[in-house]
Amino acid sequence: MGCSLPPNKAQTPAAVVRALSLGLLLLVWVGAAILTADASVLPAPWALAEPFGREMASGALPFHLGMTLWRVVWAFALAMSIGMALGLAMGRYPGLDRWLDPWLVVFLNLPALVLIVLCYLWIGLNETAAITAVVLNKIPNVTTLLREGARALSPDLAAMARVYRMGRLARLRHVVLPQLAPFITGAARSGIAVIWKIVLVVEFLGRSNGIGFQIHLYFQLYNVGMVLVYALSFIVVMLVVEWLLLQPAEARVRRWRLA
Amino acid sequence: MIRVEVARKTFGSTEVLRDIGFSLGRSECIAILGASGIGKSTLLRLITGIDRDFEGKITTPPRMGMVFQEPTLLPWRSVLQNLTLLHPGLCDAAALAALDRVGLADKARAFPRQLSLGQQRRLALARAFAGKPELLVLDEPFVSLDADTAEDMLALTEALIAETRPATILVTHSEAEAKRLAGRILRLVGRPATLACAPQPVPDRSKPGRHKGVA
Repeated sequence: MGCSLPPNKAQTPAAVVRALSLGLLLLVWVGAAILTADASVLPAPWALAEPFGREMASGALPFHLGMTLWRVVWAFALAMSIGMALGLAMGRYPGLDRWLDPWLVVFLNLPALVLIVLCYLWIGLNETAAITAVVLNKIPNVTTLLREGARALSPDLAAMARVYRMGRLARLRHVVLPQLAPFITGAARSGIAVIWKIVLVVEFLGRSNGIGFQIHLYFQLYNVGMVLVYALSFIVVMLVVEWLLLQPAEARVRRWRLA
Repeated sequence: MIRVEVARKTFGSTEVLRDIGFSLGRSECIAILGASGIGKSTLLRLITGIDRDFEGKITTPPRMGMVFQEPTLLPWRSVLQNLTLLHPGLCDAAALAALDRVGLADKARAFPRQLSLGQQRRLALARAFAGKPELLVLDEPFVSLDADTAEDMLALTEALIAETRPATILVTHSEAEAKRLAGRILRLVGRPATLACAPQPVPDRSKPGRHKGVA
């Protein structure tokens, strides 16, 4: 493969680096597949095209992808809003923080698997239990991050907003949230990555659709190819979300820093 | 009419202010002088309502403007928005006029970080006056500026006060600044801090040369 690296790496455009880096990963895969020389253990990338096309045509892949995405969106929205409110409150009110901090430590150290199993046992094998389990797993991280942000809020700006009689909503939107923006994007970034992985485990253990369920199915059939087809499809979707939604949103919020 | 009566202000068991009382007529300008750390800023925080935890009673008009020791701008909002967001009644044209008055008309779309420190201070000044305040509070607004910039700011502040005519409280540790802007000087002394003596009128300020050597 004749890919000569440009001499000056510092001036290589980000998109080119990104493509080259992914290409390199693909190359490692091809190399490993050739060395394994057993398609039932590790098929080459091009061997996945046919099963991928079949699953797309039958509608199974879009359906399961959609179910997983739907759960990710719900869990993300709930975990972010509850975690942000909790983190903000704990950062602002030290009394509340003293009371809730031990809970936070407990939930931070509770393995995801334990929460998932308990939710299924207590709530039942249903959608509520699945999403509750994911949300409970993610809230402590969001809360911890946002609490740091709330503690770092500028008292000078708060005083200024008070003297100029800014309304509650205007203060939140123009004074508080911009200060929290780096913490929120950090929580969202790590959040979306963690959430979709936990959603897959939740589906694996107790749902009858979604990527996790399909992976469970093909794991039992020992079909590595189909496991890869489903996993990679979802990774592609998440990369698209990252590049088309998260990164542009972050760039917009950070505009004033770079100006 | 502005009345300030602070019987006691404590931080924990430390008493910071005691028995401070004065009033301020419309368009009157007073200066509060005192060594650093004596409690001047604490007093201002009580007057502006930033800190409401004290014994006493303070009456202030609803429209206030304040210039802080630092510019204290919203760095994530444009220069123009730094005026319009804080004064919802201010239309864009009026905000632009206010910027023009402090020489920042061409910076309306910039972010505060893109301005020099002197320009940021002028923006803070424009923000204080944009709401047509009945009470203007200046908390050592010229501290940490080089001599030329401080002089520019002082002149601009003087001109804006003359145009808008708010009641003004200036906190400073510079005798010269106090004499130049204020018609009356109050001194904070002691620990807990209290007013030194009956406020004295300042002699005619058209002859600044007379006050050299007073310290």
